[in-house]
Amino acid sequence: MPEDILVDVESVNFSYGRRPILKGISMRVPRGKVVAIMGGSGCGKTTLLRLIGAQLRPSAGTVRVDGEDIHALDPEGVYRLRRRMSMLFQFGALFTDLTVFENVAFPLREHTQLPERLVRDLVLLKLEAVGLRGAHQLMPAELSGGMARRVALARAVVLDPQLILYDEPFAGLDAIALSVVGRLTRKLNDALGATSIIVSHDVVEVLQIVDYVYFMSEGQIVAHGTPEEVKRSADPQLRQFIHGEADGPVPFHVPTREYAADLGLATPSSGGARA
Amino acid sequence: MLKSVRLQLGRLGHNFIDSIWRVGSMTRFFYLLLSESGTSFKRFRLVMREVYFVGVQSFVIIAVSGLFVGMVLGLQGYETLQRYGATESIGMLVALSLVRELGPVVAALLFASRAGSAITAEIGLMKATEQLTAMDMMAVSPMARVIAPRFWAGVISMPLLAAIFSAMGVFGGYLVGVVLIGVDSGAFWSQMQAAVDVRYDVFNGVVKSFVFGIAVTVIATFEGFDAPPTAEGVSGATTRTVVSSALTILALDLVLTAFMLRASD
Repeated sequence: MPEDILVDVESVNFSYGRRPILKGISMRVPRGKVVAIMGGSGCGKTTLLRLIGAQLRPSAGTVRVDGEDIHALDPEGVYRLRRRMSMLFQFGALFTDLTVFENVAFPLREHTQLPERLVRDLVLLKLEAVGLRGAHQLMPAELSGGMARRVALARAVVLDPQLILYDEPFAGLDAIALSVVGRLTRKLNDALGATSIIVSHDVVEVLQIVDYVYFMSEGQIVAHGTPEEVKRSADPQLRQFIHGEADGPVPFHVPTREYAADLGLATPSSGGARA
Repeated sequence: MLKSVRLQLGRLGHNFIDSIWRVGSMTRFFYLLLSESGTSFKRFRLVMREVYFVGVQSFVIIAVSGLFVGMVLGLQGYETLQRYGATESIGMLVALSLVRELGPVVAALLFASRAGSAITAEIGLMKATEQLTAMDMMAVSPMARVIAPRFWAGVISMPLLAAIFSAMGVFGGYLVGVVLIGVDSGAFWSQMQAAVDVRYDVFNGVVKSFVFGIAVTVIATFEGFDAPPTAEGVSGATTRTVVSSALTILALDLVLTAFMLRASD
């Protein structure tokens, strides 16, 4: 029996001007799973996430979400699909002029006509799930980074989305907050019967909570598999990333001319010598 | 030498093309803003909330400035009018200057500096911190939910602020002319009453302030929405709002005044 695929990315290319960012990306995200897209900074993983959320358009290829080609839809169609998905941003993107409670209530107030009592119950339920019911009256500026990320998580799941997109959810968190957000991500996905796509470069945390991993480098998927398969992989690029080695297939130094030439010490044979 | 001239010409051309692009983008932005204004009227409390921030919070600076401008007009007007023995006309001079020109123009300039810059900075920061993107990902249009209410709040507030500016200015002129210098109170008010025409003076002043309100808030919201999402980008956009608004207000004032004077002939 074929797997039930929620997100199907097929041969997607994307470029900023003439600079290609994604080159022929294909990936599939089965319903109910937590899938990670990993890779070094600038490899195009956030761009891929934004293509899935229809914030960007690919120059070639298709992205299907729940069977619909999201880039072929009109703006109303995109909004209709987005009501079934949500996104957690790198630093939470909480509305700074609203309290924690109002931030979580925002999607409910915008998309439903629920009575105030029910809105209150739902918001407190979601805040309880992320452990922040006691902080519902605080303003975003009064929260720590980890708390802000948890409030954003509560806001992201308040409408019980089918698909949750996470853009670097662990960036800048301390070890405890990182573990809390990581566990919540998995727990909420399973409790809601949702599907999650996590973009991150936090190897240890991500490999603990996901079902499948795609590794990207220079705009291409270079490896994919379950966390166990990935950990066992002999691919040098993958090993360098997972073990955090400074030098390897991904060089430590940005390619440039000889160091000695830059210092004016090079021999004439190096081609960079000064008189 | 030739190279330098070519470089300068190239830069000039680039700036010119860039300006045309921006005017085009702003026009498209204005069209989108109007087409997504439905939410602002269906949920009018969103607009009222912004009226508080852009209108009510500008009240003090507008009222105090109006008072000072009126007092200065009173002093300068008295100085000139007494040469011709026409000091009783000071009420007329103060009122006409304020209602026709200074009220709408100076109030709009102050509004651009106080409220316009705040709108740009707020929207620019919302963009820089991905709040607008987050809203868009929640299937809530930032144009309908954030931009349009601020625009309509500005359009509503501006004529009211200009009226407050003019009223405070007239009061300032009264304080200087009647209370301080001793011009006859009856002459002050009756000359004003006789000279100020509701149709040609007051109504035209209201039209001007309404147009300035549209111009300032479109510029302020566009600059915020268009700002690069960095600290530098937001600060640059805020500066551009104040500069572009001031120039636009003065240019529009010239055009509107020309049309209004022609219409009154």
